[in-house]
Amino acid sequence: MADELDDLKAAMDAATPAPDPARRAENLRLAEENFARLQGLGDAARPTQQSGPMGRVLNGVATMMNVLTTRGGLAASTAIVAVGLIAILPELRAPNGVLIPKPSVIDGVARSTDQLGETLGLRENRAEAPPADDAFRGAPSTEADTDAVMAEPAMEAEIAEELADAPVAGLQSARRDQALTRESLIAPAPAEQKRARMSSDAIIVQPESDTEAFANAPQSALKVVTEEPVSTFSIDVDTASYSVVRSSLMAGRLPPRDAVRVEEIVNYFPYDYATSEAEHPFQPTISVVPTPWNEGTELVHIGIQGDMPAVEDRPPLNLVFLIDTSGSMQDANKLPLLKQSFRLMLSELRPEDEVSIVTYAGSAGQVLEPTRAAERSTILGALDRLEAGGSTAGQTGLQQAYAVAEGMAGDGEVTRVILATDGDFNVGLSDPEALKDFISEKRDSGTYLSVLGFGRGNLDDATMQALAQNGNGQAAYIDTLSEARKVLVDQLTGALFPIANDVKIQVEFNPGRIAEYRLIGYETRALNREDFNNDRVDAGDIGAGHRVTAIYEVAPVGSDAIRNGPLRYGVDQVAPVAGETDELGFFKLRYKRPGEGTSTLIETPIVSGSSAASEDVRFSVAMAGFGELLRGSAFLQNWSWADAIQLASGARGEDPYGYRAEAVTLMRLAETLDR
Amino acid sequence: MRMTTSDDALARAAADGDAEAFSALITRHYDRVFRLAFRLTGVRAEAEDLCQDICAALPAKLGAFRGEARFSTWLYRVVVNATHDRRRRHATHARAADGWGEVELARRAEASEAAAALDWLTEAMRGLPEELRDTVALVLDEVTHAEAAEVLGISEGTVSWRMSEAKKRLRAMKEAEHG
Repeated sequence: MADELDDLKAAMDAATPAPDPARRAENLRLAEENFARLQGLGDAARPTQQSGPMGRVLNGVATMMNVLTTRGGLAASTAIVAVGLIAILPELRAPNGVLIPKPSVIDGVARSTDQLGETLGLRENRAEAPPADDAFRGAPSTEADTDAVMAEPAMEAEIAEELADAPVAGLQSARRDQALTRESLIAPAPAEQKRARMSSDAIIVQPESDTEAFANAPQSALKVVTEEPVSTFSIDVDTASYSVVRSSLMAGRLPPRDAVRVEEIVNYFPYDYATSEAEHPFQPTISVVPTPWNEGTELVHIGIQGDMPAVEDRPPLNLVFLIDTSGSMQDANKLPLLKQSFRLMLSELRPEDEVSIVTYAGSAGQVLEPTRAAERSTILGALDRLEAGGSTAGQTGLQQAYAVAEGMAGDGEVTRVILATDGDFNVGLSDPEALKDFISEKRDSGTYLSVLGFGRGNLDDATMQALAQNGNGQAAYIDTLSEARKVLVDQLTGALFPIANDVKIQVEFNPGRIAEYRLIGYETRALNREDFNNDRVDAGDIGAGHRVTAIYEVAPVGSDAIRNGPLRYGVDQVAPVAGETDELGFFKLRYKRPGEGTSTLIETPIVSGSSAASEDVRFSVAMAGFGELLRGSAFLQNWSWADAIQLASGARGEDPYGYRAEAVTLMRLAETLDR
Repeated sequence: MRMTTSDDALARAAADGDAEAFSALITRHYDRVFRLAFRLTGVRAEAEDLCQDICAALPAKLGAFRGEARFSTWLYRVVVNATHDRRRRHATHARAADGWGEVELARRAEASEAAAALDWLTEAMRGLPEELRDTVALVLDEVTHAEAAEVLGISEGTVSWRMSEAKKRLRAMKEAEHG
């Protein structure tokens, strides 16, 4: 019966060779090196955005194999060798810092070229770059190529965009993969080598995979006042973009352009605008100043300062922390930083405030019953017991958090869910629309949501924004303990106590004075003109003590900076506004007091003043310029980093927390990187 | 001293960051990984490459080892998955499609008096469909049916069925040869 198998076994045993000792030693060394590197990084691989550690394990098996397969590595290296970038080979690293298997170059390349040639029908011209480009484009992409690309993040955003319509269906990462192949085949400039080498180092500092998603929209276009005199937008007090920019620059790279939301960079800084008198919870301060980057235009600078109620007067606070405990959260800059941050924050709470903790994506469930902040040790104990990892259990984190929050809510109290995550939004509702609806429904019933992002690599900025905007909350990205202090301690009151909801701004320009205008930033916050008066349209909120800044660049009538020429057939003649007026435009703002359904209107004309720009105004303008430089805006003309730095450093003012000094440092870093 | 420590203890230590434990673990298992890789692919160079892939990825994957299965079982699963993955990628490649018993083996066999036996092995492995081939490779590697089932993610009954199916086919092959 078993004869056949016995024969087979005997033959098999005889045929099975011993492993090659040299390869064996080499492979073992590779394993040890990678092991050491992983430990050194303290960074668990997070190859996909598959949710939950188990999902990651299962998918991870396939993904990791793809990632690290020799042939894939070779496919990339072949392209690289072909253009003489061989020097960077040993430094190619996968995003988690793991060495891509080092192919034995000579033999490896020959063999893989064969394979590739055959697969791609390239055999004839494999040494010639351009045809290879096309062939690669159509080729089935392997994930390993993608990961080799990660060693070259300099090309991330633009190239992915540029290739957006490449005929390869599928992932963005697949496109990037072609991007590398193509780029290295076509444009092997020496500078590129240098960049690649530099950025591969940067990657060790800050591993970044391709699962980050940023919310942004194309830069607001220049509008002609006669055609479109009215500009409407929602205010935005988020600051996440600034932190993302900082973390990129600190790691030695320019941030992806889409990660830069200019208004969030401007609004990151505390400004000291005039506070309101009685009636309204805030008031706008409008000044008109010359544009630093264009002599022919002016800036209309709108600053809004929210009132700061005395801390003792604030209502009791109910906080439910919804904490992502997926495996990837164990990095030092995630869960441990989160714990430290909350510890800081705890000292700011008053004894009667209540705190509860719910976790998801790892060990799911309520970790801490609603507990009065006075019981510090109970809360700290629960916080300390939080651990990342474990299998995905229940997926009802979000619903549970809200249920807990509703149980805590009382009359006159402020209830808020604070979601802390590194990008795993597997909170129980997988459909993003359903998730947003759920959050806005809860918002209407009085429970708000704030989102804190931790760590880079998987950060889903777009979702963070969407959730926080729907939850009347702030999205902040916490990369350092001092940022945690800023968000959770210095600005705790503002972040948690809304003083005005659905704040919308509408500016109507006077065509008799202004020919063209553009709003700087706020691209993701644009509203339709008619939304302004529609109280059912949601908009941003202002918390206690928040400052919001919005800047328009305007070209006065007759300025030589006007970009749109007059129309031959258009109705270009403007009927002057009744009576001679100095008004450049008219500013309107609508807001709702917390809990109210009808909005209140604030109106004021915009007149050009002669007063010199204050330090705050100058600094905010410098920050707008900083953001625009990072986005590569065409409106800045020849305005350089040096100009921006000069403007910012001249307007640092008191700067008690050192935020402005840090910004200047970042601008210097950006200057050196942007060459 | 380390060599007497159990695999599972070493794996746990390694997952906690003990580099020495990791080295001991991988050194201990390398030859088995290679052997299985060879038996699954039938090409020595492929097996070496597979080992390289696995070595490179193992440190990161180790975090996923939860002690739910024996370490060796888990490791075999890693090898089998890596092999499948490679196969998929090579699907268009004629050489890989046939895998078993190509150039390499022929060359090895040339001078050898075992040439006939090798040819038969090659023929036999080639004659089996992929899933039977994998199962046979595992079971011939002194893996129990139960463990093979765990490695392949199928039931033990399926393993037994596959083995008897493989036997049937081998017998048929033999008969065709002689008859």
